[in-house]
Amino acid sequence: MLYSALQSLFSHWRRQPGQLAMLVLGLALATALWSGVQAINAEARASYDRAAQTLGQDSLPRLSRADGQPVPLSDYIALRRAGYLVSPVIAGEVRSTNARLRIQGIDPLTAPEAAQGPALDGGLDLAAFFTAPGLLLVSPGTAAGPLPPDLPRLVEADGIPPNAALTDISTAARLTGQTDPSFLLVAPEQPRGLPPLSEATDLVLSQPQETSDIARLTDSFHLNLTAFGLLSFAVGLFIVHAAIGLAFEQRRASFRTLRALGLPLRSLLTALALEISTIAVLSGLAGIALGYAIAAALMPGVAGTLRGLYGATVPGTLSFDPVWAISALVITLLGAAAATAQAMLRTARMPLLSPAQPRAWAQAAGRTIRSQGIAALVLFIASGLILQFGHGLVAGFAVLATLLVGAALMLPVFLTVLLNRVEKLTRAPFLQWVMADTRQQIPGLSLALMALLLALAANIGVSTMVGSFRGTFLGWLDQRLAAELYVGARDEEQAIALAEWLAPRSEAVLPIISTDVRLLDLPGEVFGMADHATYRDNWPLLSATPDAWDRLFAGEAVLINEQLFRREALALGQEIVITDDLTLPIAGVYSDYGNPSGQAIIGFDLFRALFPDAPLTRFAVRVPTEDAPDLASAIRETFDVPTELVRNQAQIKRFSIEVFEQTFRVTGALNVLTLGVAGLALLTSLLTLASLRLPQLAPVWAIGTPRKVLARTELARSILLAALTWALSLPVGLALAWVLLAVVNVEAFGWRLPMQVFPADWVKLLGLSLVAAVLAASLPSLRLARTPPARLLQVFSQER
Amino acid sequence: MVNSFLNIESVSKSYPGSDGPVSVLRGVDLSLAAGETLALTGESGSGKSTLLHLAAALDAPDSGSIRLDGVEFAGLGDSDRAALRREKIGLVFQQFNLVPSLTVAANISLQARLAGRHDADLSARLVERLGLNAVVDRYPEQLSGGQQQRVAIARALAARPALILADEPTGNLDEATGDTVLSLLLDLVAETNAGLLMVTHSTRLADRLSRRVHLSQGRIAMPASAA
Amino acid sequence: MFRFLLALLLSASPALSQGFAGLGTTAEGFAVPQPDPVFDFPSDHGPHPAYRIEWWYLTATLSGADGRDYGAQWTLFRSALAPETSQGWEAPQLFMGHAAVTTADAHYSAERLARGGIGQAGATAEPFEAWIDDWAMTSTAAEGADAYSALSLTARGDVFSYAMELQATGPLVFHGQDGYSVKSAEGQASYYYSQPFYEVTGILDLPDGPVEVTGTAWLDREWSSQPLSETQEGWDWFSLQFADGARLMGFGLRETGGSVYTSATWIEPDGATVAYPDGALRLTPLASVDVAGRTVPVEWRVELPDRELDITTRALNPQSWMDTSFAYWEGPIFFTGSHDGRGYLEMTGYE
Repeated sequence: MLYSALQSLFSHWRRQPGQLAMLVLGLALATALWSGVQAINAEARASYDRAAQTLGQDSLPRLSRADGQPVPLSDYIALRRAGYLVSPVIAGEVRSTNARLRIQGIDPLTAPEAAQGPALDGGLDLAAFFTAPGLLLVSPGTAAGPLPPDLPRLVEADGIPPNAALTDISTAARLTGQTDPSFLLVAPEQPRGLPPLSEATDLVLSQPQETSDIARLTDSFHLNLTAFGLLSFAVGLFIVHAAIGLAFEQRRASFRTLRALGLPLRSLLTALALEISTIAVLSGLAGIALGYAIAAALMPGVAGTLRGLYGATVPGTLSFDPVWAISALVITLLGAAAATAQAMLRTARMPLLSPAQPRAWAQAAGRTIRSQGIAALVLFIASGLILQFGHGLVAGFAVLATLLVGAALMLPVFLTVLLNRVEKLTRAPFLQWVMADTRQQIPGLSLALMALLLALAANIGVSTMVGSFRGTFLGWLDQRLAAELYVGARDEEQAIALAEWLAPRSEAVLPIISTDVRLLDLPGEVFGMADHATYRDNWPLLSATPDAWDRLFAGEAVLINEQLFRREALALGQEIVITDDLTLPIAGVYSDYGNPSGQAIIGFDLFRALFPDAPLTRFAVRVPTEDAPDLASAIRETFDVPTELVRNQAQIKRFSIEVFEQTFRVTGALNVLTLGVAGLALLTSLLTLASLRLPQLAPVWAIGTPRKVLARTELARSILLAALTWALSLPVGLALAWVLLAVVNVEAFGWRLPMQVFPADWVKLLGLSLVAAVLAASLPSLRLARTPPARLLQVFSQER
Repeated sequence: MVNSFLNIESVSKSYPGSDGPVSVLRGVDLSLAAGETLALTGESGSGKSTLLHLAAALDAPDSGSIRLDGVEFAGLGDSDRAALRREKIGLVFQQFNLVPSLTVAANISLQARLAGRHDADLSARLVERLGLNAVVDRYPEQLSGGQQQRVAIARALAARPALILADEPTGNLDEATGDTVLSLLLDLVAETNAGLLMVTHSTRLADRLSRRVHLSQGRIAMPASAA
Repeated sequence: MFRFLLALLLSASPALSQGFAGLGTTAEGFAVPQPDPVFDFPSDHGPHPAYRIEWWYLTATLSGADGRDYGAQWTLFRSALAPETSQGWEAPQLFMGHAAVTTADAHYSAERLARGGIGQAGATAEPFEAWIDDWAMTSTAAEGADAYSALSLTARGDVFSYAMELQATGPLVFHGQDGYSVKSAEGQASYYYSQPFYEVTGILDLPDGPVEVTGTAWLDREWSSQPLSETQEGWDWFSLQFADGARLMGFGLRETGGSVYTSATWIEPDGATVAYPDGALRLTPLASVDVAGRTVPVEWRVELPDRELDITTRALNPQSWMDTSFAYWEGPIFFTGSHDGRGYLEMTGYE
């Protein structure tokens, strides 16, 4: 019996393949976007964990200096000779123009087992590993990618994070030019009879962290992706809801017939549940495949984004995780269940004997509009309160969520009120009918229109944010890269020769020198800046005390970047710790986009005194712009300097802009996808309504309106609704952009950007949404135009 | 009366209306012997369709008793009522028309399959007898009204029910087609020895059945005549 | 003992074998021991980076104030990746320390690894010190005396530590031909001398608490570059102390075919030595036990007919297994027969 019931239920889809396609597409898209984003997040997080595991970061405590400087070798030896089991690690980076490789040098002789990593198993040539030039263990992906020049032999090994090399500490020392360990790993078991480690050293013992620094830094980005994924999932469910609603509505009569022929209600519901689950599972599987494809396609972009924004390296490739696939499938089933629940409930309550003509699920919804309006107001108020009193990234996203959901709920109210107003103003009876009828349609279309609103608002918000960011970033690059030429030397000796050679050939040779430190307990950088008009005139200061430059170069004050300033809620004049022995007041704050960590600038002379060991190998050279290319060539010819160490301003700008574009490529792609899904949602909703609307249209047709006119009116109505939705999405999108720029960006990246608007983009979006509306409405309209009069007549014959 | 197959005793039914409950049936007694054909006539609103719905266990009376083949309807749940319908009753109602997504052949065998007693030979014979040979692979929307009604009759008979309930089976058909269809129905009912309770407002058609009962304002107005 | 150089290299990582497969037969760039050596002290007490392998190997047979017998081991191995030394991370000299304490019912061992060149491990001749981490063998000899005549010794493991003072009561002794010790019929050889005459006092800190101990100890010094014959699969080494103060060092290198290459040095109480060539010493395994999943002979018949020596040795603790990255058996023994006394036994190559 169940089988026969299922057969007759499935026959519906065979006769309505378009509807089935819509349902499958909706489910598959919802699953795909959501699971794709999850896959990306999981891959990135796994990659952070791998990076941490390579050094046993996940399980081993470490010793490091409070100021972030390397641990003197003598401190390490003293600890070993006192009997403590600690193991040195030299961590650094090798860079060239287009590649960077993180170097992690461990001492396999002392490294605790947990820190050795899987890479040191297997047939490794250890003599070569220990002796110059050494070996670098890298993942196959890293070995295939762009790499800095002049590296030792690469050996491919699994389990090494991307763009990182595991090597012997001696090789790391040679490559990074650093002989002192960056930090010491502490073995979990120490020999018996020793005093506690804290009594034996001044170094700071830090316990293994649950999440690495990178994971914390990138949290905001992943939250961002998740929000997009969730939005897409919701929009996909709109489609599913519409498709299922349509299918149930159309089969209402068949359900009655089946029950009259002796199919118990319970069997009918079971069969329906089976039917939807089967479709959901199949669509879910398709969605998982699609999600995997989307994730794999986006992954290089995500990797680029994470590298560009945070310096975090994740592989550009995706691995397949069955747990991910299963959880995605479960989510699909839950989503399908949520979308079906209403239709199932209605079927269960459907009396066997009520009139057979379909009752539009929209009609009785007039009251809900009012409660939606109230809910929207409550959400707007909540949004304002969170904005006022909330803190942190999650609060930022909560503001966004309440704003968006509120706006979505507001939409039907907004449209109803507007159409009411127009209806009252107009005198023409047909137009009046159109307005009244459109208003009546709103509840049925509202879900789809909300989806469109969300997609449009997100689009406007994100593109305004990215555009503002881009504009600000370009202006900032011009200020920050004031020098015409940037030159690096192989070593300090060559640097001195280079500086001497450059002095008579240029207007100024400005040293660029920096070192890693810990600023307010997080990794950061200190730069030494030479006194020159280049900086005084151009450096992008956001705020400063009047004598900031004089005090900076006198070694009496420090400039810090906006990220540090905002993160720690500092104020001008407040003192910050630069080294253990030096605390300086803040004289100014400068913008520093694209850099996740804190940065401070002190006078060059003070820097040399504080960090005598920091190598001075880079210079900014001021020359007339037209002379820069010739001078660059002359430097390369005169000195044995690698090409990538001599770069002119234009090259660096181009590179920076590329990084920037790469960074927001993923956002763009997700934006387009969401908009596409919203268009689909609109189409399915219109299709659903179209079949339910015959009873409303038939009398209008009967009293003398041609089908063609009715069809054209339907089309115009869709366009009108889409345009109104677009109009509402403008303020919502701009509010969204403002929250992104002024709240989320500050929390996530530490910088606040001035908002710029791009009306040309809005017009483009209007065009897009109108096209979506026309596409979505044309099929139902066309159908209407071709509906045989008999079908319209049936409406009357079935009325009882 | 003792041998009667369908027993309806003092059945009353009212529906909620805008000015309080509206009594549709007021103590109706009716019985049908096995193999008997009975026409139920009456004005619009006389309650004849409601009586048919009650007899089909599609709805329950407010009071009174309905028994089919000795089974009392009162107290049966949805599943038992459904079982009763698919195993003992064939419905030829306009309201429960064909499933649009199934072919004519699939529609005809639908109830028989639900009841688990599909008989391909019987179906084939019914198709033959009802002149549906040319259209078995078509879908209902491609058929004329008369053809659709014949498919409904075939569907009702294919499950070999003991009782056929028909509600204006020829209502949407022109007179000639209606006559043909009714003749076929009566012939087939006679062949399968099923009982037939048919609602019609046409006395001309009612006269072709073995007995006729007139319903007026919810009561049996005129007892059997012809038999 | 020669498998240790493989051990040293192997122990740097579980995977070290391949690059050193040829080690047994060639010694590219490394100095090779030559007959008729002339030692130069104190500098020869220090390291010889031009040779591939070297060790400072001390074993002590001890008696505790609690009346129980103990054994202790302290070893620093040096292995060179290249015949040179330098400062910094790149210095191609690797060090491995092994330490152990044996009781009748327990055997505690520990291991340390380090690279030379940064100060974590190494050896200096003047003043003499050999160390790895906080383990050290330091000369406490008076000025002018041989640096090995008095030593102070420390080591520490997860569950034990010890500190000992050693005082030599006799001179250094040289094995083979004046310290040139041949290890196979093919002529592989090492420089090999010992200080077998230490008297020891010290404290063993064990899981049950500290124990004061006294006893005797034996220091081996050996270095070479091409020590192993390819056909030799293991080695059994004995150091024996007799009641009259005489000592015997004897070893047998087991060939793959089953034959054994033996060598022995008889040491008079005054340090005078007689070196015995292959075949003079006879070593016969008697009883074996299961140790760490292998069958290891822990009772031996040792015969040196020239000295009318015919004894049977038995271990203080048959489970004296060094659970280090390269594992072997090393522990104190007692012997009875023609002579009675105590000694140390080391057995390698039992797979």
